[in-house]
Amino acid sequence: MKKFLASTVAASALALMLGMTSARAEDTVDPNAKQGGAITLTYKDDVATLDPAIGYDWQNWSMIKSLFDGLMDYEPGTTNLKPDLAESYEIAPDGKTFTFKLRHGVKFHNGREMTADDVKYSLDRVTNPKTQSPGAGFFGSIKGYDDVAAGKAESLSGVTVVDPYTVKFELTRPDATFLHVMAINFSHVVPKEEVEKYGADFGKHPVGTGAFKLAEWTLGQRIVFERNADYWHKGLPHLDKITFEIGQEPIVALLRLQKGEIDVPGDGIPPAKFQEVMADPEQKARVVEGGQLHTGYVTMNTTMAPFDNVKVRQAVNMAINKARIIQIINGRAVPANQPLPPSMPGYDKEYKGYPYDVAKAKALLAEAGHPDGFDTQLFAMNTDPNPRIAQAIQQDLAAIGIKASIQSLAQANVIAAGGDKAGAPMIWSGGMAWIADFPDPSNFYGPILGCAGAVPGGWNWSWYCNKDLDAKAAEADSVVDPAKAGERDKMWSAIYDKVMEDAPWAPVFNEQRFTMKSARMGGADNLYVDPVHIPINYDNVYVKDVQ
Amino acid sequence: MIAYLGRRLIQSLLILLGVSLITFALLYLLPADPVRQIAGRSATPQTVENIRQQLGLDQPFVVQYWRYLVRLLSGDLGRSYIQRSEVTELIVSRLPASLLLMVGAILCELLLGLGMGLIAAVKRGTATDQTLMVASFVGVSAPQFVVGLLLLYVFAVRLSWFPIGGYGTWRHLVLPSLTMGILGAGWYARMMRSSMIDVLRQDYVRTARAKGLARRAILFRHALPNAILPVIAMIGIDIGIFMGGIVVVESVFGWPGIGQLAWQAIQRVDIPIIMGVTLVSAFAIVLGNLLADIIAPFIDPRIKLR
Amino acid sequence: MTSPIAPDLPAAGRMPVKPRAGVWRRLVKRRLAMLGLVIVAIVVAGAVLAPWLTGYDPNEQMFDGLTIEGSPLPPDAKFWLGTDLLGRDLLTRILYGARTSLIIGIVANGVALFIGTLVGVTAGYFRGWIGGALMRFTDLMMAFPALLLAICLAAVFQPSLWIVAMVIALVNWVQTARVIYTETSSLAEREFIDAERTIGASAPRILFRHILPHLLPTIIVWGTLGISTTVLLEATLSFLGIGVQPPTASWGNIIFENQTYFQAAPWLVFFPGAAILALALAFNLIGDALRDILDPTQRGRA
Repeated sequence: MKKFLASTVAASALALMLGMTSARAEDTVDPNAKQGGAITLTYKDDVATLDPAIGYDWQNWSMIKSLFDGLMDYEPGTTNLKPDLAESYEIAPDGKTFTFKLRHGVKFHNGREMTADDVKYSLDRVTNPKTQSPGAGFFGSIKGYDDVAAGKAESLSGVTVVDPYTVKFELTRPDATFLHVMAINFSHVVPKEEVEKYGADFGKHPVGTGAFKLAEWTLGQRIVFERNADYWHKGLPHLDKITFEIGQEPIVALLRLQKGEIDVPGDGIPPAKFQEVMADPEQKARVVEGGQLHTGYVTMNTTMAPFDNVKVRQAVNMAINKARIIQIINGRAVPANQPLPPSMPGYDKEYKGYPYDVAKAKALLAEAGHPDGFDTQLFAMNTDPNPRIAQAIQQDLAAIGIKASIQSLAQANVIAAGGDKAGAPMIWSGGMAWIADFPDPSNFYGPILGCAGAVPGGWNWSWYCNKDLDAKAAEADSVVDPAKAGERDKMWSAIYDKVMEDAPWAPVFNEQRFTMKSARMGGADNLYVDPVHIPINYDNVYVKDVQ
Repeated sequence: MIAYLGRRLIQSLLILLGVSLITFALLYLLPADPVRQIAGRSATPQTVENIRQQLGLDQPFVVQYWRYLVRLLSGDLGRSYIQRSEVTELIVSRLPASLLLMVGAILCELLLGLGMGLIAAVKRGTATDQTLMVASFVGVSAPQFVVGLLLLYVFAVRLSWFPIGGYGTWRHLVLPSLTMGILGAGWYARMMRSSMIDVLRQDYVRTARAKGLARRAILFRHALPNAILPVIAMIGIDIGIFMGGIVVVESVFGWPGIGQLAWQAIQRVDIPIIMGVTLVSAFAIVLGNLLADIIAPFIDPRIKLR
Repeated sequence: MTSPIAPDLPAAGRMPVKPRAGVWRRLVKRRLAMLGLVIVAIVVAGAVLAPWLTGYDPNEQMFDGLTIEGSPLPPDAKFWLGTDLLGRDLLTRILYGARTSLIIGIVANGVALFIGTLVGVTAGYFRGWIGGALMRFTDLMMAFPALLLAICLAAVFQPSLWIVAMVIALVNWVQTARVIYTETSSLAEREFIDAERTIGASAPRILFRHILPHLLPTIIVWGTLGISTTVLLEATLSFLGIGVQPPTASWGNIIFENQTYFQAAPWLVFFPGAAILALALAFNLIGDALRDILDPTQRGRA
């Protein structure tokens, strides 16, 4: 034990010497915020679990963020990283060692103080295959991950508890995204004793360090959060209570909002009501619009003829009438010309993309040896509006001679077809599309455009594998120094520009989010379209009608 | 009687076993991989294989089914792949909503169906009779999702008499029950009509009439109880039709029952849930048929249990 | 499972029933059956003549078929029943959708009728272990919630028009099999069949010369009623998004695609809904009349 301590001390001393220290940003608590009050939200789909290692759905993502905390988080309503359970952190210059100093006096909802052992336990747990976490893959850069993932070890050798308030991570490669990984739900800190007490049902009995704690859960009907009075972040949360009503159709939710029965419809404004709401100035004033780290795209299987020809793929890019598709979804999106969404760092504003040009598309097809087009298949998920969008794309493709028959299937079937090398020539990604896990450009590459994802069962449905770009991606991710972030973003822009040259995707649109709220809700607009605390930032919003 | 019951129970168990085998086989053949749904987008192939092993999904079909069966016999329906909760717990939490809907639907069926049938029988041959019989045909020919959307539009959107969807009060129950009940009401109306006409032809009714009893008294005290029994005996068989309808009706009204649970599970190949809901539905259907057959001889002595 | 209300058999003698001409005359005399026939005739005419009845292509998403904001257009002089959410002419889609309903109605129901009759006759005539096994299997199928089974089958086989027809057939043969079984088994016990057997007639001869002709009325009645069930099941599967693949129009998938708008544009649900109802009703009316004519004692529940 002693030896162990000595060596780590030496290591951290080295890190300190060479290290870059980031002081924590001043925490901002809205000075106008009022304390107290209760709000009601609705969701259509069931909340499956509130276990941070497992939850990966629209409706539970932000709930988990309010029950648990990670070492890192983002400034409310933004994509700017800040330390959270960590007080400060240091990154060794080689970008392979991260040391976090933990905040003192942070308590779990059960009253016990959170320490570095809990951080290590939580990471060992999430990467353990027995946990079956959908997020385990995010921790692949931590030393010892492979052994844990293979079931050969129970503990990550790269995570070390230096002292109760210091935890050190050693990585196998420099990883510029590591701080983001420490902010993602899957790395949130859980107390061992509670996890062991509830076993597989921990997700129904969540105990964390977060701003709220679970007060009531009636399966399939409602979930109630109440304020954690002992929350370490003084002044937060503002609300005393949040009630989530589950199983409410978006259309019902909107009507109830109009009647003043609820405060926020979690699934947004249903398409059929969108124009009605936007036409009424009083209601429109309560709508908050924001970008979303989402891109909807058509994948083309680059290993299947004729999509193995780049000209065919470029022709498809030019054939799709994005404006019409956006019209079909009531203008609730902006046209996309590259994989990254506009609000993502690294988005290339200069890049113009492929124009909508039917004549040029036809010419490209002819050059590729298909002057009369060809027959193919377009897969899409079978929930509205995806079959409609697929039909619009089908009509656009028909205009240049490509006759695509539609396979509108359950989500799981489309995913399976995409992960099969000879499964799906084209897939419309809607409903299964990429919404970024964290606001970093690399998040749109690895599993969906990199070689790592182009494996059976993978998510790289275009089977695009460019070794050269993979190397460039690795290079960009080894730029760990926060001061060089701008440079790194540029490297990523260049990677995506190159991807677009090869055109494995036809990006179609970036969805916009429209959140509507009751008149009593207060707080900055960006809290209601928080890019990370999706859909809204429960910790920082407040109600205006309390003393 | 006891021998009959014993045989029927064994038969029913075999049927459930068959249902479980066929459903399990179908889900095994499904061209989708549940492990991919669990492992998420960033999983390495190794993680995926690891999870597959843990769930036993790498085993041959026979082994997988055998394991499922052994657990099933100890009352364990397994854990949901996606939600990670016990399937039993999930079904139990949603069953009350479905049962409530079923009770509501049966009430609607009986009230509407028996009422229509009774009036049609009494006014036999008149325009009223004809109209009611056409209405009963419309009832059995109307797709439930259209009826549901129509009722929603008229009574919830336009008239605001009932909520547009959701669950909780009796007001929420009315429209879904009506939607489910209209189909059955059509059948009951026709059965009630012919049953009532049969009874009205019987000697004792004629005798009563000859004795000069009031028309109303004859109808309600003598004819109705006799006519209604064979019709009521059909409720057991109804359960099958009901179980077919809940997926659609629950999805139209956002009703938090097992139909929605199954539908969401199918979208994400959550095999333990699909198995669980199918088995629970099949159990209800088998039980309903069994009850209908057991009750039959008590109602109509000409029928013997075989 | 024993059916508590086993249908009594027609008091047919040795002579096979040859009712054709008489049936038709009696059918058209019934007002309700006539109504059914007229509806069917209209639907068939609409399906066949669709290209001449409308100037639009059912799959053409027209630029002027949507408002600038992307809303469907209400019925007007240009689009008689309005447009759908992709700017296609609704009337045209309903006309072409009739083809889907009729094809599925005929093919799926034909296959279901064939399987049902085959299983029912085999089980009813041969009894023994084959009959026992077939009827136990039928009982098994009865215990499935039909729609759930269809949904699972559709997920396994990935839908196309023909697959949907097969899925529906696989779910719908069961009722027919049970009815045919009951009839065949009591027919097989009758004296005239016994007499045939004693004079050494072969099984196929008995089946085709004597049993099947007697079953014909039942097959006709069930065949007609079955179309109605089939049309409804296809509409339901398409409504759930797992039926006929887009852009092929089907009354069920028209409603599926447009239902998010049903409050603002109810016609998108009502017109195709009315079409489904009318066609299902028509076959029910005809089937019921046929039942009365061909077999006055056989009433009850389908």
